[in-house]
Amino acid sequence: MTEFLGVYLPEFFYVLCGLVSFDAAIRATKNEKAKIGTSLFWCILGIIFMFGKLIPSVVTGGLLVIMGCLTATKQVKMGKFVESTAEARQAASEKVGSKIFIPAVSIGIMALILSFIKYSSNAFYFSFRNFTFPLFSFGGTGDKIVALDGAVMTGTACLVALILAIVICKPRVSETRSDTSRLLMQVGASCLLPQLLGALGEVFKVAGVGEVISKIISSVVPSGNIVIGVIVYVLGMVIFTMIMGNAFAAFTVITIGIGYPFVIAQGGNPAVIGALGMTAGYCGTLMTPMAANFNIVPCAVLETKDQKWAVIKAQLPMALIMIVIHIILMLVLGF
Amino acid sequence: MEYITLIGILIIVVGFALKLDVLAVVIVSGIVTGLVSGMNIVEVLEILGESFVSNRLMSIFLIIFPVIAIIERYGLKERAAYLIGKIKNASAGKVLCIYSVVRSAASALNVRIGGHVQFVRPLILPMSEAAAQKAKGEELTEKEDEEIKGLAAAVENYGNFFAQNVFPASSGVVLIQGTLVGLGFKDMTLSMISSSAIYIALISVALTFVQVLWFDIKMKKGGNK
Repeated sequence: MTEFLGVYLPEFFYVLCGLVSFDAAIRATKNEKAKIGTSLFWCILGIIFMFGKLIPSVVTGGLLVIMGCLTATKQVKMGKFVESTAEARQAASEKVGSKIFIPAVSIGIMALILSFIKYSSNAFYFSFRNFTFPLFSFGGTGDKIVALDGAVMTGTACLVALILAIVICKPRVSETRSDTSRLLMQVGASCLLPQLLGALGEVFKVAGVGEVISKIISSVVPSGNIVIGVIVYVLGMVIFTMIMGNAFAAFTVITIGIGYPFVIAQGGNPAVIGALGMTAGYCGTLMTPMAANFNIVPCAVLETKDQKWAVIKAQLPMALIMIVIHIILMLVLGF
Repeated sequence: MEYITLIGILIIVVGFALKLDVLAVVIVSGIVTGLVSGMNIVEVLEILGESFVSNRLMSIFLIIFPVIAIIERYGLKERAAYLIGKIKNASAGKVLCIYSVVRSAASALNVRIGGHVQFVRPLILPMSEAAAQKAKGEELTEKEDEEIKGLAAAVENYGNFFAQNVFPASSGVVLIQGTLVGLGFKDMTLSMISSSAIYIALISVALTFVQVLWFDIKMKKGGNK
């Protein structure tokens, strides 16, 4: 049971992701330009999605290098697609009516329901905050109660939405396949950027980049001045998060290297300083292309003209104001 | 010379600034950083490959594409525009204010409602665009549309980020607690940290309101041509 929900079912949804990618690979053979490269690119991504757990890591790493070579030599291109016309969509919209929202909304509702479900090796539970009761059990003794895997939640919600969409719209398979490949090719290579940057962060971690940075900062900061300490801690979180693309990766390093000696050890309240230190890092996340899943992929998904900076531009004023607020709050609430 | 491990950051900054191919820049940065800090090429590829696979959850949105493909072809955006058209005084800013509250509340309760692919593209963006168009009374300029897209994506991020630590068992709070316990604060509890996170959540919603309603005012003045 635990193994099925925690290990095999997530893999099933990754296999479905792989199928979406393979479909784009097949569609790419009809490309006018860069047929082989584009097809190979989506094919490799499909393989990594499907068999990621089985392939030796070093081979996956090698496949990533091949994908990098393909995009660097401009061998991955968008195909030509026949899009639906505005008139056809208008006509469909009048026929289907507001039922069209059911699939979209069901993604959210399913996610809401599934976030209350937990399981152990012998039972399912309904759980909200500290309140848990068993829905049904299979006998035997259960062990640790855990929440559903993120892939299972999103995957289940999407499958339900897909079934509803098919029932409501009765689409033609060829249309849907072509539209799906178009969406994926539009997002293009940036769809694997989040995962790749996560992997880069891991290399940085093993190489000890964080320690070097916090050493540099702490060697130039005078100890004992609370205001300077708070400013350096907040900016350290912001800058290191921008470099790593991930506030979690920055938090431990910067809090141990700077936050503790320069702020908490000077009399700061650790709970307040810690909580604000983390969200100070999120201000950095708002400003960095390294956080590709939050800032770059949305550009592709929402089809902005500026494919890299449109979201960051919108977030910049908020991020800068929030940095100042973090410094003030840390001084006011933390001491 | 331990500063040499920072060369990967330099590669990223230079590569992004020169608009070189992003995938290649990231891969080169990883390999170079690994090599200069004493790993061999096999070890670097192993770390890259293993971490890439364990991060697949970040790309789970691929399986939402077929749903979006269908509902967009069957008139989702057109219907959103029609419904928004019936609401009096609708505006992009108001739509985004509502989403900001819903998204932050969901995030604070650890409910997975939200996402650029799941929510913003199929629901929030078409509603905001339709509302803005209605408030303006004519087609949006390309620049205005670009700005709405940026704002819609930003509101999703604000709600997600700044409210998530209000939930005591969120991974951020758990990491904060783990770090503080490691530093010697043995009786630090999750709820002590999450209650300190409420201020930032409220301030971020307030600032989101200011930003998106400011956009409404700018649109009204027509100073965004």
